[in-house]
Amino acid sequence: MRIAVCIKQVPDVEERLEIADDGKWLDENEMKFVINESDQYALEEGLALAEKTGGEVVVLSLGPDRVQDALRKALALGASRAVHLADDAFDGGDAHATARALAAAIGREEFDLVLTGAQSDDAGYGSTGSMVAGMLGWPHAWLVMGFEVEDGGGSAKVTREMESGMNELFRVALPAVIEVQAGLNHPRYASLKGIMQAKRKPIDRPAPADLGLTGEDVGAAGSRLEILDVAFPESGAGAQLIEGDPAVAARTLIEKLRTEARVL
Amino acid sequence: MSKKIWIVLQQREGKLHRMSREAIAAGQQLASALGGTASAVLLSSDGAVAGDVLAYQLDEVLTASDAALADYTPGGYVGALGPAIGAEAPDYVLFPHTYQSVDYVPRLAQETGAALVPEAVSFEVSGEEVIWKRPVLTGKLQARVRVKGGGTVLATIQSGAFPADSAAAGSTQARSLTVGELVVDREILGVEQAGEDEVDLTKADIIVGVGRGVGGPEKLGPVEELARLIGGDIGASRPVIDNGWLPRDRQIGSSGQTVAPKLYLAVGISGAIQHQVGMKGSSCVVAINKDKTAPIFNIAKYGVIGDLHEIVPAINEVLAESQD
Ligand SMILES: Cc1cc2nc3c(=O)[nH]c(=O)nc-3n(C[C@@H](O)[C@H](O)[C@H](O)COP(=O)(O)OP(=O)(O)OC[C@H]3O[C@@H](n4cnc5c(N)ncnc54)[C@H](O)[C@@H]3O)c2cc1C
Ligand SMILES: Cc1cc2nc3c(=O)[nH]c(=O)nc-3n(C[C@H](O)[C@H](O)[C@H](O)COP(=O)(O)OP(=O)(O)OC[C@H]3O[C@@H](n4cnc5c(N)ncnc54)[C@H](O)[C@@H]3O)c2cc1C
Repeated sequence: MRIAVCIKQVPDVEERLEIADDGKWLDENEMKFVINESDQYALEEGLALAEKTGGEVVVLSLGPDRVQDALRKALALGASRAVHLADDAFDGGDAHATARALAAAIGREEFDLVLTGAQSDDAGYGSTGSMVAGMLGWPHAWLVMGFEVEDGGGSAKVTREMESGMNELFRVALPAVIEVQAGLNHPRYASLKGIMQAKRKPIDRPAPADLGLTGEDVGAAGSRLEILDVAFPESGAGAQLIEGDPAVAARTLIEKLRTEARVL
Repeated sequence: MSKKIWIVLQQREGKLHRMSREAIAAGQQLASALGGTASAVLLSSDGAVAGDVLAYQLDEVLTASDAALADYTPGGYVGALGPAIGAEAPDYVLFPHTYQSVDYVPRLAQETGAALVPEAVSFEVSGEEVIWKRPVLTGKLQARVRVKGGGTVLATIQSGAFPADSAAAGSTQARSLTVGELVVDREILGVEQAGEDEVDLTKADIIVGVGRGVGGPEKLGPVEELARLIGGDIGASRPVIDNGWLPRDRQIGSSGQTVAPKLYLAVGISGAIQHQVGMKGSSCVVAINKDKTAPIFNIAKYGVIGDLHEIVPAINEVLAESQD
């Protein structure tokens, strides 16, 4: 099977977050980036399926130059090629504009399946994959916890997560866009050999015009949503905060749980 | 111009989803802030209107019915709602931010050319403009966003943002929408339990919730000791389960169990909304976290700020003393 996997590079959630001076997004200086969590599972799913069916995985990512690291990592894990939508015109797009660019890049080739994560750990719209599907005219499924390709690649049996620990089962025709939820497999580690090979694997960097798009279709210009600013949520409003020496803090907490909250 | 607001309700077996009522509250508030009317929309196979929908203060209850809507499918829902939105041009269409809505609403936005604001938690209106707040970085920050350009705006309303009991009562009438040919894009096979539910946390009095901040399965010892000493059960956030540190039946949150113990200790948990919805009914929440800005402190009664690897053993010492 020929499988496209969309991966987004996002800030490492373990990092301390600093807001940029203009207040609109994070200050990216000195920030570490990782492949979005659910996308790591999407990639593993794609690589395993390509191995099983004797196919290949092409990884796509939209974002600035730093995104090359994420693509090299995916190539080291076993993807055969990468497409990097790096042109400045793609910057600052919402899910719609991002999907338009990804769908155009995917539409240049023949794929049997597109895999994405369910939701990014930064903007978190949970929309990009479904919109890509709409633009390609394919079925989609969001929040997928597992799927099996059937019927010689003609369809897939999908397990989709519902609320409260239940799953929904259904069948979709392929090609489709499957948007996977974290936790459905065990992502592999890169081997030294894989890392060496990745250095020679091609990364294509098409501009909007190469995809039949103009700068007006993508990035901030092609977006319907504008982020005005970001802020820390009002935190700790009702909480009594206990700081300082751990031994003293522990004693204070237990005392309060016993005598004030009376839950112990 | 009076604004037209629709609220698409989710129902199952004739019962309204709790978050549908919250979406009604949001829609009523938006209508009153903008000057306009709020109507509910219900999709079903037979046009049935769930129990008490007609007893809300709504302009109309619009029903779209077709045999193909018996089971939810994105093809059916987008096929029913898309042309109705095109024909009646509502200014805003609100949805509960459920896993079902997130599955089809982006596709509906894409097909109708509407703008989409996912996971709204509040809005402010200035003049004609609506500015929405929504979480980013899994709730560690909140963004204020606005829509550019005209046309219908779709927004999904996150759980807990608009209390269901703030929805105004009244009386209203049903009207059916025209539904054209629907293309069902999924063959529905059924539902199943996600994992073996061996552990029932819903009746626990005390729960120690373990988060990604614990750092790895080899570091669980002191937290398990804490649970033992305090007489509680172990629960966990999703990444802990996804990484295989604890089994799936320990997961608390929108995809896992919903718990309401008298004491919930959140250890190394940031407090993303999907976790909060599963535990915010707890009587007393204690958060142990090194990051003062973590959203878990919003719902905590007590917060201990610092390294959990120092604080948890210190708590264990205090608890052990009184057991001697
Ligand atoms: C400086 C800056 C400014 C921004 N300004 C705005 C703004 O004004 N308005 C706005 O709406 N957003 C803005 N964004 C957010 C933008 O980064 C989002 O990527 C975009 O909105 C896509 O949506 P999402 O991240 O919510 O993806 P989701 O829809 O949550 O992602 C689902 C899946 O789609 C795939 N995917 C998503 N994005 C990509 C990608 N870039 N490459 C490959 N695959 C991808 C992944 O598989 C992902 O798991 C800005 C970001 C930055 C860094
Ligand atoms: C559709 C969907 C469904 C989901 N369902 C669920 C669900 O059911 N349940 C759920 O929990 N999540 C769910 N999630 C995931 C959710 O969005 C969050 O990603 C998740 O809850 C974060 O888990 P966490 O708090 O353990 O990790 P993080 O957000 O990474 O937080 C770790 C915390 O630990 C703190 N920390 C780190 N080291 C230390 C230390 N040494 N001492 C003290 N503190 C430390 C950090 O400051 C941070 O606050 C879902 C997501 C989606 C998209």
